[in-house]
Amino acid sequence: MKRKKTEPYVRLTQPLVRDSGVLRPATWEEALDRAAAGIRRTLDAKGPEAFGMFSCARATNEMNFVAQKFTRAVIGTNNVDSCNRTCHAPSVAGLARVFDSGGGTSSYQEIEDADVIVIWGGNPREAHPIFFQHVLKAVHRGAKLFVVDPRRTSTASWAHRQLQLEVGTDIPLAHAIAREIIHSGLANHAFIERATEGFAEFAASVEPWTLEVAEKTTGVPAGLIRELAHAYARADRAQLSWTLGITEHHNGTDNVLALINLALLAGQVGRYGAGLNPLRGQNNVQGGGDMGAIPDRLPGFQDVLDADVRAKFDAAWGSSIPPRKGLNLTQMLDAMERGDLTCVYIIGENPVQSEADCEHTIKRLSNVDHLVVQDIFLTKTAQLADVVLPASAAWCESDGTFTNSERRVQRVRKALDPPDGARDDIELLSELARRLGHDWHHTGGEEVWNELRSLSPMHAGMSYARLEELGGIQWPCYSEDTLEPTFLHGRLWAEDPAERGRPAPFTVIEHSPPVDLLTEEFPIRLTTGRRLDSYNTGVQSGGFPSPLRQGETLDLCPEDARALGVVPDELVRISSRRGEIVAPVRLDKGLKPGLAFMTFHFPDEIDVNVITIEATCPIAGTAEYKAAAIRVDKLPVEV
Amino acid sequence: MTIVDIGIPKRLVEFTVDGSTVRVPEGSTILDACAAAGKEIPTLCYGDTLEPANACRVCMVEVEGSRTLVPSCSRKAEPGMVVHTDSERTRTSRKVVLELLASAADLSTTPEVARWLAETGADPDRFGPDAATVAQPAIVDNELYVRDYGKCILCYKCVDACGEQWQNSFAITVAGRGFDARISTEFSNPLPDSACVYCGNCVEVCPTGALSFKREYDKRADGSWDESRQTATTTVCTFCGVGCTLTLHVQDNEIVKVASPHESSVTHGNLCIKGRFGWQHVQNR
Repeated sequence: MKRKKTEPYVRLTQPLVRDSGVLRPATWEEALDRAAAGIRRTLDAKGPEAFGMFSCARATNEMNFVAQKFTRAVIGTNNVDSCNRTCHAPSVAGLARVFDSGGGTSSYQEIEDADVIVIWGGNPREAHPIFFQHVLKAVHRGAKLFVVDPRRTSTASWAHRQLQLEVGTDIPLAHAIAREIIHSGLANHAFIERATEGFAEFAASVEPWTLEVAEKTTGVPAGLIRELAHAYARADRAQLSWTLGITEHHNGTDNVLALINLALLAGQVGRYGAGLNPLRGQNNVQGGGDMGAIPDRLPGFQDVLDADVRAKFDAAWGSSIPPRKGLNLTQMLDAMERGDLTCVYIIGENPVQSEADCEHTIKRLSNVDHLVVQDIFLTKTAQLADVVLPASAAWCESDGTFTNSERRVQRVRKALDPPDGARDDIELLSELARRLGHDWHHTGGEEVWNELRSLSPMHAGMSYARLEELGGIQWPCYSEDTLEPTFLHGRLWAEDPAERGRPAPFTVIEHSPPVDLLTEEFPIRLTTGRRLDSYNTGVQSGGFPSPLRQGETLDLCPEDARALGVVPDELVRISSRRGEIVAPVRLDKGLKPGLAFMTFHFPDEIDVNVITIEATCPIAGTAEYKAAAIRVDKLPVEV
Repeated sequence: MTIVDIGIPKRLVEFTVDGSTVRVPEGSTILDACAAAGKEIPTLCYGDTLEPANACRVCMVEVEGSRTLVPSCSRKAEPGMVVHTDSERTRTSRKVVLELLASAADLSTTPEVARWLAETGADPDRFGPDAATVAQPAIVDNELYVRDYGKCILCYKCVDACGEQWQNSFAITVAGRGFDARISTEFSNPLPDSACVYCGNCVEVCPTGALSFKREYDKRADGSWDESRQTATTTVCTFCGVGCTLTLHVQDNEIVKVASPHESSVTHGNLCIKGRFGWQHVQNR
């Protein structure tokens, strides 16, 4: 079997500029001048709304703070976003809608202390291995683990019960669990009456979803649905965690809201050990959003539509932040296509390979008049740029902080000097700001962090010294001499209505099956995910020799392989309504007939996002990576 | 709002160590108490994040009224106990135990052991050149770890780290009985054919270097491993949102080893293959 061998990426050490269509080496002065000139040209011709910033969910909080400040204070637009859009934006949107805060509610220690753990649409044994060690601690202490996933994953093999649902039937399953809890008298009415609203409408909306109806729709036996419902509602402390199997759907936010409904119904939130936790896929997706590198929130998750909030930032920065939400990443891509967004600054992101339907993304980026890419590698995205700025690697070549899935802000420290020719992200943003008439002189991570602390109440108590002393601090942390509980939303259990605050609303949600319909022409459901030793588009994880790495494969169950007449390692053609690719077959008994699986780790060899679908969640803008319709064909015999 | 504390308050236990009165929380071991009092007791098999295995016998102390010496790593402190860490019996015991271990296994990469041998006056060569050893060639069957069982003292820490206490992969365990006991993969298969997922947590806890990272093994082999030129900097992994704490050991501006602080509430010293080995991309210069 012939496989294309790809070389690991090599660090960028020289700025590049595009002349007559070709990228050529340039001096730093020339490259920075060229980058600034293009931005100024855009501002003069089309105004600030023609500019878009893709900030980096892998860089530090400090870099994200400076990137959004650059966008808002130097350019004057809220068009700033990052790749959280492709993964967990629905989690943030859903949690924020119900609880006014987009973070996971519990700490890892609380997972160990839980009685029931439900992992829904996630495979943390491979994608979040150290989180799963906390889960296993609980399992060994007697906690019951339920895994809801279409695949029998290595996570599911640890479960007491697995609910192997059909792809895209999460809402019917959640509704059936809710109905069962209500009909069994297990709903926590004391909590519901005191801390929630909209229960009656919600209860009526789930009424059609009997166990039997749900079994038909989801493929999960009624008895298993009942068992999960009873265990979750009866538990003293139940944890509900999810990953991209919930969010990467055209209705990802609805999926998240359906899970939140269950926690409200059973009172499994706002207490020690009971919580709702999206497992974030990148080291600083949480922090990027917290720092305001999203189009609708200023640092500290403060609403950009709030005039008082804007006034505070404008006073600090001498800016005039537009009183409207900016474009999110998905909307920015659309605006590029329309020709409305003509200047794009991408820091450490690789949308050409990470976005669904990548041919379409390349077309849109090619449509841009001025593209600046700042990265440690010449990625496929950087290859399209007009100016390429070599950056340092945030996690080991700069000082700063990241915020993890339990909202813990932790110190990142410089352990290595970047290669000669690469420069710090914040320094580069400051260089450009100065060229655009703003006298910026950021002196390092701590100075930026202290500016953030002065503007974001939920970070105010987190000095670098205190982060060091305590091994990180979970937000919120309002002052230097206090710590808040490890869980969020304890207010919902307060006796005093004033302290309780806004009730958490139930949401009435309709089931909406995957957009990409299964037909005779495209009869197989394709879902995607990670493997243990690889990471996203493989640019970083491709750099080390993993004994586990097997490259991209099309995973099929033995029954489907037999029906198609294909054998392991045989190359097959995989086509969807968007395109086609060729990949070798691998057998996986954990798949059900009609379900296929691929990763997205090896786009330089086999680009799976050629065939994934771009149907997006209207609320959060996340694409339906998890549910494409495909057909698999044998390749013609070579003569 | 108050900080939640689900821990049950512990009583203090008062007892005597080498003539001084010490007070420690109920449930502490003698070793914990000595560490808190700043008193060093040598140990090899003790793992701060693992249940005591009681295997190496280097940490034995004398408890008045006890017929035999007791392992300080696992014996809980009791009220009124009288402990001697530096008596004639403990010195003799420690000397003989170190002589037996150092004659049977290669302890050349075991931190501190040379000092303990000198302090106790141990002479591992006194059993003569025919003394039984576990000497054998190192096994290099993958790009990430080396298994050099000639250095193995059968302390079980790797088995516990790979097993139920942390990683739950169960790729290695003890095979054989008595003198034939040894750490092994199932059917002595090469590591790549085992259940190993290359998290490196066994290497993290190995006290002797019997398990080591290939980068370190290669650098020791070519003479370029130099801990005096290394820095250790603690930062955060970037391969998912869990936020694992990493300690990067850097020599000549190159990452040469990755560990994780055992006191980290996120990792307790554990990492996965990406955190432990996924750093080469930054130094592909």
